[in-house]
Amino acid sequence: MQISLSHFLAVGALLFAFGIVTVATRRNAVGVLMGVELILNGANVNFVAFNRYVGSAGTQTFDAIGGQVFSLFVIVLAAAEAAVGLAIVLAIFQTFKSIDVRSADLMRE
Amino acid sequence: MTPLVQQLDPLVTQNLWSASWFRPEAVLTAGAVLLFVLDLFWRKSPRRVAYLTASALAVLAAAAGFLAVQPADALSLFNGLLANDAFASFFKWLFLAAAALVVIITASGKDFPPARVGEFYALLVSIVLGLFMMASATDLLMMYLSIELVSLSSYVLAGFKKGDRKATEAALKYVIYGSVASGIMLFGMSYLYGLTGTTNLSQIATQVQQLSASGTAELAATRIALVVAATFVAGGLGYKIAAVPFHMWCPDVYEGAPTPFTAFLSVGPKAAGFALALRFFLSALSFPANADGLALPIGDIPWPAVIGVVSAVTMTLGNLTALLQTNLKRLLAYSSIAHAGYMLMGLAAVSAVGTQSVMIYMAIYLVMNLGAFLVVILVAQATGSESILDYRGLSRRQPFAAITFAIFLFSLTGIPPFAGFIGKWYLFVAVWERTGGPHGTWYGALLVIAALNTAIALFYYARVIRAMFIDPPYAPDAKRIVSPVSWQVVLGACAAAVLFFGIRPQAIIDWTLSSLQLFRG
Repeated sequence: MQISLSHFLAVGALLFAFGIVTVATRRNAVGVLMGVELILNGANVNFVAFNRYVGSAGTQTFDAIGGQVFSLFVIVLAAAEAAVGLAIVLAIFQTFKSIDVRSADLMRE
Repeated sequence: MTPLVQQLDPLVTQNLWSASWFRPEAVLTAGAVLLFVLDLFWRKSPRRVAYLTASALAVLAAAAGFLAVQPADALSLFNGLLANDAFASFFKWLFLAAAALVVIITASGKDFPPARVGEFYALLVSIVLGLFMMASATDLLMMYLSIELVSLSSYVLAGFKKGDRKATEAALKYVIYGSVASGIMLFGMSYLYGLTGTTNLSQIATQVQQLSASGTAELAATRIALVVAATFVAGGLGYKIAAVPFHMWCPDVYEGAPTPFTAFLSVGPKAAGFALALRFFLSALSFPANADGLALPIGDIPWPAVIGVVSAVTMTLGNLTALLQTNLKRLLAYSSIAHAGYMLMGLAAVSAVGTQSVMIYMAIYLVMNLGAFLVVILVAQATGSESILDYRGLSRRQPFAAITFAIFLFSLTGIPPFAGFIGKWYLFVAVWERTGGPHGTWYGALLVIAALNTAIALFYYARVIRAMFIDPPYAPDAKRIVSPVSWQVVLGACAAAVLFFGIRPQAIIDWTLSSLQLFRG
């Protein structure tokens, strides 16, 4: 079987969907952050695959590697976001003595 | 094909040339680092708050100076990543004004302990840097990076009060909603890149045009993919401006964050989100405006309809929920959601007047909303409460604050002769222009909904005004509230501006009219 663009896109879409489901259902704050990573990496798979199969349609030099460059930036930003996210989870643990997202529920309508 | 190194040569040359158009941002970058260092340097100084405030204002003033001398030529910078144009400069002035006012407010307040005020200023300056780049981003990559720069610093500042349960909860909610929204936007961007093969906004416009002109069998599928991608990107932008359905973080973060930062959050990132949304939709997904100022979406992608629906839902939900609020910070949060809904009308109109009306509204909103938050800070500092109950009898305890607050609230409602009316008038005109054309009935419906919402808004704003002027104080012997002189000056200046521009709006109208120039490829 020939691996084509649509296979990569399916993987990307699945990662994205799993990420959304993880964020929506996990009670553990670290688990929620892992769901966010899945979402970002779903997009990353798309970027790299599109770069390989349909990239360089634009006229600028940068476009030939645009998707790959984009995914590199996303990897770095995902790390930065994880750092801030985990720091906040740590603060949640120190304040609420739990990292269950349901415990942080003081403010309501 | 030439080797990559040779291809990179002109790119490097252009980057070096672009640096000379990047001076305000460079100053802000250096300033943020400098503030972190100065914060450590003056750690033991008894006058550290004064020194740090002066330094932060100096950094903002230096950036303003470079911005003022920078010609507003429409130029592409850094190989198409950023643009220099009058549109971006307009929003950059708003960010600088908002940041400077917040720094002045913070200096006299007790929301930030003296030991940590330096960190706040440094992070605030780095947010301003991110906002600058949001206003001028012309590439998907730059859009994403600038939004993330603003978001990451905002997450930290939302949870600034260590050990405070509400602040920590606000930070957690902010980081979860924020990263999911930006992840969704990123996923949309990846499809947009896949469909067009480029990340540059103006080239996306060209490619989308070709895609929709090709008339192939896959056209329907391509259109669906385009609509999905555009909707996902709009989701990320909608989170920044707190539009439904990405508004849930807004009231909690506004309540939990230190109030001066809440004030900044309600104007700075919102303005930048609108700048970015206008630029994205107008330069990537619509044709240049015709002679009559109206523009058409490329390839019949129905994004104005999506924005119109989001606008109607956002303003209605924001206003109806605001009716139930008793905490002033939450009330202003829902009111800010409603105002985002009003301003989206200008985007949905897809016209020169629409863009101009958003800019007018944003400038006026900045003044009246910062003023309103300053009164909340003032009362919270004196009474330790943000409940509407503690505003009872404010007209006797602090008449100046009560009168200016009433001015800001009437202006937020949009009643003449206050400036908020001018802003709302232009938004209505922009939508009215569209009622005669295609989909005119829908635009008419949007107008009716907006008018009804203005009436609803009057209820909850008037409730606060009634508490301040008619209801007796909570305790009959309640003491007079004293406020720092700098706050009185800021309040007076904001109220004067609201009254002045309400009666003579010509300066704002001229300024926005000359700032409409949007860089296109």
